[in-house]
Amino acid sequence: MAQMTMIQAITDAMRVELKNDENVLVFGEDVGQNGGVFRATEGLQDEFGEDRVFDTPLAESGIGGLAIGLAMEGFRPVPEIQFFGFVYEVMDSISGQMARLRYRSGGHYNAPITVRAPFGGGVHTPELHADSLEGLIAQQPGVKVVIPSTPYEAKGLLISAIRDNDPVVFLEHMKLYRSFRGEVPEDAYTVEIGKADVKREGSDVTLLAYGAMVHSSLKAAEELEKDGISAEVIDLRTVSPVDYETILKSVKKTNRVVFVQEAQRQAGIAGQVISEVQERAILHLEAPILRVTAPDTVYAFSDAEEVWLPDHKDIVERVNEVINF
Amino acid sequence: MKQVLENIENQFEMFQVLDENGKVVNKNDLPDLSDDELKELMRRMVYTRILDQRSIALNRQGRLGFYAPTAGQEASQLGSQFALEQDDFILPGYRDVPQLIWQGLPLYQAFLFSKGHFHGNQYPDEVRALSPQIIIGAQYVQTAGVALGLKKRGKKNVAITYTGDGGTSQGDFYEGINNAGAYKAPAIFVVQNNRFAISVPVEKQTNAKTLAQKAVAAGIEGIQVDGMDVLAVYAATKFARERAVAGEGPTLIETLTYRFGPHTMSGDDPTRYRTEELDKEWEQKDPLVRFRKYLEGKKLWSEEDENKVIEEAKEDIKKAIKQAEQQPKQKVTDLINHMYEELPTHLQEQKEIYEAKESK
Repeated sequence: MAQMTMIQAITDAMRVELKNDENVLVFGEDVGQNGGVFRATEGLQDEFGEDRVFDTPLAESGIGGLAIGLAMEGFRPVPEIQFFGFVYEVMDSISGQMARLRYRSGGHYNAPITVRAPFGGGVHTPELHADSLEGLIAQQPGVKVVIPSTPYEAKGLLISAIRDNDPVVFLEHMKLYRSFRGEVPEDAYTVEIGKADVKREGSDVTLLAYGAMVHSSLKAAEELEKDGISAEVIDLRTVSPVDYETILKSVKKTNRVVFVQEAQRQAGIAGQVISEVQERAILHLEAPILRVTAPDTVYAFSDAEEVWLPDHKDIVERVNEVINF
Repeated sequence: MKQVLENIENQFEMFQVLDENGKVVNKNDLPDLSDDELKELMRRMVYTRILDQRSIALNRQGRLGFYAPTAGQEASQLGSQFALEQDDFILPGYRDVPQLIWQGLPLYQAFLFSKGHFHGNQYPDEVRALSPQIIIGAQYVQTAGVALGLKKRGKKNVAITYTGDGGTSQGDFYEGINNAGAYKAPAIFVVQNNRFAISVPVEKQTNAKTLAQKAVAAGIEGIQVDGMDVLAVYAATKFARERAVAGEGPTLIETLTYRFGPHTMSGDDPTRYRTEELDKEWEQKDPLVRFRKYLEGKKLWSEEDENKVIEEAKEDIKKAIKQAEQQPKQKVTDLINHMYEELPTHLQEQKEIYEAKESK
């Protein structure tokens, strides 16, 4: 076991898979000699050579096309989109192409591609770097969307994503890259895609969260405990497909739910998840399911992040509403 | 200040081997094809012309679905495909079904693609190709990737792709040729300039005099070819293929061609945007007429040969449409099964629901 930050765990996962499978290729803008703008691919080109870890021209759509084409030749591409706000340039390659490849070829071809991209607020990035756009991809059949919140899960989920024979979009929250360290095994291990994790057990209310909001929810749960409210915190870890089994088990125990996401209220995945939960568990609910989200504006100018991004105080407020309904 | 536009345009003179009367105008570049190969080329062009006529008729009868006519483009489509090896990889656009057929895609599957059935896209292993791409330009960025893959695997093969004149305005068109250039990947990019993108003439796509000169932006080789001249298209593709497998990188080939029919069979009416004079002018350049004259001059082709091909094509088409119509109907559970290697829970649930419906 080693103490690693999330970014170190991500690098380690790529190193493990580059070693484990000669078909794994890592590429994107500045991921080669530079080691990535966040150092996520640091040292990988030196260790595995330019044939395996390489820079691309500055063109996201082209990067998506390269990934699809390389998959046709039996490679296992792990392309990087420098910031997920730039996904609009490559929406066709992800949602219009790789997500559909297995289906459109009747199973003749598949796209074992893992698209890595940083996102997320709280670090004062310039425009279109921090936007939470997971909701866009989560609506596309054929692609899975994974968002880890700890170093341990980042490594295990990224190894699973790379080994998955269908496309996975792997979103890395920038604020979580170096904000804390966690225990990470040195060898290869996997965390199953499509499985949520109960981060804290509780009996009065279920907090459903992912990404940085997992940590805000845990902080809120601590405060709520002081008031005698026991909150269960579930980290979705995969936002498409969602693990309803784990969610429903918790809902049937607590009978109250608050959904927490960093994305705007009209975005993210809250709407879809809440709809499923009420269809399957309405008779177990003591109160409506409420949401903690960002307001429905364009992502905040960086100086306004503090007032705009949802935080643990918003969560405490919402939980109290649900408890006192 | 230096003005360079004229200098650049002068670099892209049209490459031609046969003129409109089937005379060799360029002996040096006459490709080295045996008599049998020449006859096979003609056979394929005649067959494909009949396939186009029959496909239009079958579409009108409602026995085919989506269909983009190909008449006029036989030299461009088949001359380029004839220069390929079996292990080369084709990334076609939606009008490029003939190349797939001559690469080995069974005709009934091409018809199933038209009708909208997944089995039409389940290619035999020896046909290394993706199914016709509907998103114009996407095949270009993907081709750069396939070509890079071939290079990494050390294969002596190429990836070839096709788009139209309108497609050269897309971002993916530029990104595709630029990426392939940056990696010196073995790709052949063909632009079939049939002068119209639905109703929009090529002059409204760009101020560039040729489309071949767009290769300059990627720093790669560009050739403008008479796309009604099957020997010129073959020679240009062969040249590009040899460069590519020798590690010299990609080539952009513009074929000057014409579609005699509408854009697609989905309600397009070319009389709204094309004049009769223009149609007539291009009919003079019909690739079949010109090549037929050339072969007749060499005593390699007769009316009898031609009629034999026509009958053979009609017979094959009849059988293929029947086979397509006998294909079992698609079920929702089939569609669900082709989504992922392992079905996620929500799709397992939906599969059970549809299984119950389907067993009723």
